[in-house]
Amino acid sequence: MLFTTYEFMGFMAVLLLAYYLVPKKCQWALLLAASYVFYFIAGADYLIYILVTTLTVYFAACRIERNAERQAVYLKEHKAELSKEEKKAYKETQKRVRLRWLVGCLLLNLGILAAVKYANFFISNVNGILSAFGSRQQLSFFSLALPMGISFYTFQAIGYLIDVYRGTVSAEKNPFRFALFVSFFPQLIQGPISRFGDLSKTLFEKHRFDAKTFCYGLQRVLWGYFKKMVVADRILAGVRTIVGDAGAYEGAYVLVGMLFYTIELYADFTGGIDITIGIAQTMGITVQENFNLPYFSKSLKEYWRRWHISMCSWFRDYIFYPVSISKPMQRFTKFSKKRFGEKVGRRLPMYVSSFTVWLATGVWHGASWNFIVWGLGNWAVLMASEELEPLYERFHKRFGARGRIYNVFQMGRTFLLVCCLNLFDCYASIGETFGAFASMFGASNWKVLWDGSLLGLGLSMLDYWILGAGVLLMLVVSLLRRNGGSVRERIGRQVYPLRFAIWYGLFLAVLLMGAYGIGYDASQFIYNQF
Amino acid sequence: MEELLEILSDLHPEVDFEVEEHLIDDGILDSLDIVNLISEISEEFDVSITAKDIIPENFNSAKALYSLIQDLGEE
Repeated sequence: MLFTTYEFMGFMAVLLLAYYLVPKKCQWALLLAASYVFYFIAGADYLIYILVTTLTVYFAACRIERNAERQAVYLKEHKAELSKEEKKAYKETQKRVRLRWLVGCLLLNLGILAAVKYANFFISNVNGILSAFGSRQQLSFFSLALPMGISFYTFQAIGYLIDVYRGTVSAEKNPFRFALFVSFFPQLIQGPISRFGDLSKTLFEKHRFDAKTFCYGLQRVLWGYFKKMVVADRILAGVRTIVGDAGAYEGAYVLVGMLFYTIELYADFTGGIDITIGIAQTMGITVQENFNLPYFSKSLKEYWRRWHISMCSWFRDYIFYPVSISKPMQRFTKFSKKRFGEKVGRRLPMYVSSFTVWLATGVWHGASWNFIVWGLGNWAVLMASEELEPLYERFHKRFGARGRIYNVFQMGRTFLLVCCLNLFDCYASIGETFGAFASMFGASNWKVLWDGSLLGLGLSMLDYWILGAGVLLMLVVSLLRRNGGSVRERIGRQVYPLRFAIWYGLFLAVLLMGAYGIGYDASQFIYNQF
Repeated sequence: MEELLEILSDLHPEVDFEVEEHLIDDGILDSLDIVNLISEISEEFDVSITAKDIIPENFNSAKALYSLIQDLGEE
């Protein structure tokens, strides 16, 4: 059941009515039931996966916390009789017990993720190697369905488990409440990857109906639908035409496809997250923001602080930091400082850690070499920027490259860089991606940009007008947000007829200009199967 | 505190670490800086900062960071 279907809207209408009618203490239980119904409709076979993750992580977290509590009690009771060394040894032993629970549970859940998501990718690579060596033997592929949102809920559950292990959150004692944290339906499809410490503050609370919050939630949902259905799903036809036939659409078409895809990805993903956050808000629940005006970034580093924030912070907190400050890495730092000198020695281990994170980020995005190269491409650009930073600084000082115009240049440069990297996400293979990219530089078909050829991409003139207006509206809203907080509050301060015109205008735009009709398959959110 | 200020200044000579109190919130220190910082602190102060200690409250100011180092030293 997609967010963009009439079934989902009916489901939400019934749920919201029930949510504010049932006793407040039952609201979270109702949400749990609704989440499982949502997941069941998406695919009954998927339920087993989410249940296994929920139960194993719940159980492991409880065991870890119980062990930590017992340790505290034991040390308190034997404070006088134990020497400092004995206390240390006892703590180490107990820490190993907790670590075993953590690692065992991580291996199980990451193993499930690997099996359903990456087994066939692995097999196809093994088969490729076998063929290359002339072997006729080929491994058979698995026929496992990829459960909806498995990467999101697995990472969310794992994050919680690590937080309990670190002692930064308390383990949830009620298995049903924990099940709701893992399965909360608005964020099952494409995140964000919430932290237990944040989401639990409002998820299990009793919520009284508040007209303003409810209204703001609906407005956010409407804005999400506009981005998804009017912009993303409309421009999709153009993207599919260009990247679907790389041989026919070269040169200038690649530039168009690249821009179209970046617009599609932005409208689709941020629109989906708007819907998620808006739905949660109608129920009084706060889901963390996942974007902070990413295309106003002046560097790729800044872009990754503003785009898919929950995923980036997850990788930073649970992979980058632990790997970077681990004892082996500290030893490596010492070794590299001795071997290569202070400056290089200090940076080398960080580059290794970053490499690990970007490799993991690429793999997380999908079982394909395209995503792996995309991840490592990001890593290479980020590391090159780090190395070139002193050069930039000298350049800025020498030529006084500062001010608004230079900022706009930096934003444009970052946008183009992101567009180029996104190409790996579009094409079927790495070879095709590089071929398409290279074709832009020797292109002789620039006239297709104005001779009407773009009308042959599955988009009519009316589509282009609607897309132009949609992109302009997204830009205006982003600029308003950048210059002063909430756009909804700003609209809320206007006179009633203007407010009415804005929101009903947006509603009508979704209704009349949303991509519907014969052949329209209510396209999946891009991040749906991640 | 002097040693810590020296380490911090090596990382970002342009920042006045004695007065700055939003090093993380304002994006002055990024994740690469933090890892660098931890490596230097571990060597200088012989303390072990773990991933769970990496929260904005501990890294937002030199004062907060110094307090963390002292706490870890006492453990």
